[in-house]
Amino acid sequence: MKILVPVKRVIDYNVKPRVKADGSGVDLANVKMSMNPFDEIAVEEALRLRESGAATEVIAVSVGPAKAQETLRTALAMGADRAILVETEDAVEPLAVAKILKAIAAEEEPGIVMLGKQAIDDDSNQTGQMLAALMDRPQGTFASKVAIEGDHVSVTREVDGGLETVKLALPAVVTTDLRLNEPRYASLPNIMKAKSKPLAMKTPADYGVDTAPRITTTHVAEPPVRQAGEIVADVDALVAKLKALGVA
Amino acid sequence: MTALVFAEPHGDSVADATLAAVTAASQLGGDVHVLVAGSDAAGQAHAGIAGVSKVLVASDDAYAHGLAENLAPLIAGLADGYDAVLAPATTTGKNVLPRVAAMLDVMQVSDIINVEGPKTFKRPIYAGNAIATVESSDPKLVITVRTTTFEKAAAEGGSASVETVAGPGSAGSSEFVGLDAVKSDRPELTSAKIIVSGGRALKDGETFEQVITPLADKLGAAIGASRAAVDAGYVPNDYQVGQTGKIVAPEVYIAIGISGAIQHLAGMKDSKTIVAINKDPDAPIFQVADVGLVGDLFTVVPELTSKL
Repeated sequence: MKILVPVKRVIDYNVKPRVKADGSGVDLANVKMSMNPFDEIAVEEALRLRESGAATEVIAVSVGPAKAQETLRTALAMGADRAILVETEDAVEPLAVAKILKAIAAEEEPGIVMLGKQAIDDDSNQTGQMLAALMDRPQGTFASKVAIEGDHVSVTREVDGGLETVKLALPAVVTTDLRLNEPRYASLPNIMKAKSKPLAMKTPADYGVDTAPRITTTHVAEPPVRQAGEIVADVDALVAKLKALGVA
Repeated sequence: MTALVFAEPHGDSVADATLAAVTAASQLGGDVHVLVAGSDAAGQAHAGIAGVSKVLVASDDAYAHGLAENLAPLIAGLADGYDAVLAPATTTGKNVLPRVAAMLDVMQVSDIINVEGPKTFKRPIYAGNAIATVESSDPKLVITVRTTTFEKAAAEGGSASVETVAGPGSAGSSEFVGLDAVKSDRPELTSAKIIVSGGRALKDGETFEQVITPLADKLGAAIGASRAAVDAGYVPNDYQVGQTGKIVAPEVYIAIGISGAIQHLAGMKDSKTIVAINKDPDAPIFQVADVGLVGDLFTVVPELTSKL
């Protein structure tokens, strides 16, 4: 069984994004970029499934600019077998990404498509669900545990009220939550080895997908700033403050 | 303009999240209908929501457990008669609605915090570090609603008609196995008036319990945690407040031993009053806190608990 792992190149999660002065977007020039952290968890989970014998091949795929090759090389250095970049310099919305992934899935026929539950740039939380809809296959979103059971996958999901378990017929789409695993670091020898692993270059047109955006961002602004309040001297002063708020 | 709100009932009653989504739907300027995938009793309860003119009830067992594979075809099938489909951005809404959007070939607008115009919305991006104004060009709108930023519609006073609807039923590709529900006498995190939240400084699960729980008990508060505390295994993930956890906006949020990482602030900075206790006077949490106390939480918090 193959596992397809879509990964996205995003601003590094440790970097505080700055809104451009003209309100046209977030300034990404000379900003450290990394693999979306949820996608890193997806790569790790796919590798573990391969290492356990449940999967045979892990294919990383990205839809993005030429520089997303770096993101794919990271996935390869972690242990993915090969990679596909669907290159476009335009911003591609989740629906169009899902359409491209559907076309790739039709070619590769993976048993599982494993991807992050959301990207930390646009915070959309849509691609996995949309892909599952387009493939007409089941989805296990926000996964904190994944187990292959014959021709099914059991997915434990982080939901508002606790942990929910669903059983899905394969092939299926799984989106990862934070506690699923702790991704490995790529070792230096593996980083070197990754340079010679196959990385296929494609374009959205190769899959016949129109990536024209449906949603226009007209303005991007800084969020309203909260003002720092008052530092109180001791617990008694804090108690007085809380009482004034009607808390105690 | 008619909008359909996909409701997530709490048993047979109306969830606060649904009431917030109804408010957002009303702001689109037309009629609001609600789809309840649940019992007839839940349908009747939703008929009382102010501003709702019709309630659709789908009581098939296939829709009972929030399985997206079954619900999405039901909702997409009903969407023909609507200009907009909305759901609260709960884990159920976030799971089901993008699947509906893809079936309708619509690009969903996720997690809106404000309705600016008939097709224009504000939504947070980059963990709330930026607010984007976005305009949809799709003929139909599919929207999830951040429930903490919309007032709740009145749960009573309305008199909607109730209609039964049937959908395609089970898609047969997924099965609900079980829910390991968090059992707690505490208020639920996303609807609590007061939240006491702990960070990595709490050292371990036992210490977290010893320091945080008595204070929360005394205040009748829900308990939250930073991602660092969750990652370190002190508490389960459903305690997590932040970009990757729950978004909360209580009357009072008490952050204990939480430094105030960007991703945590994204989940709680809409709280009415923020109280921070931290031993590091330079911790970023103090830049957003209304009331701060610099001190060792292991002495300060028990003292606070005893004096309240």
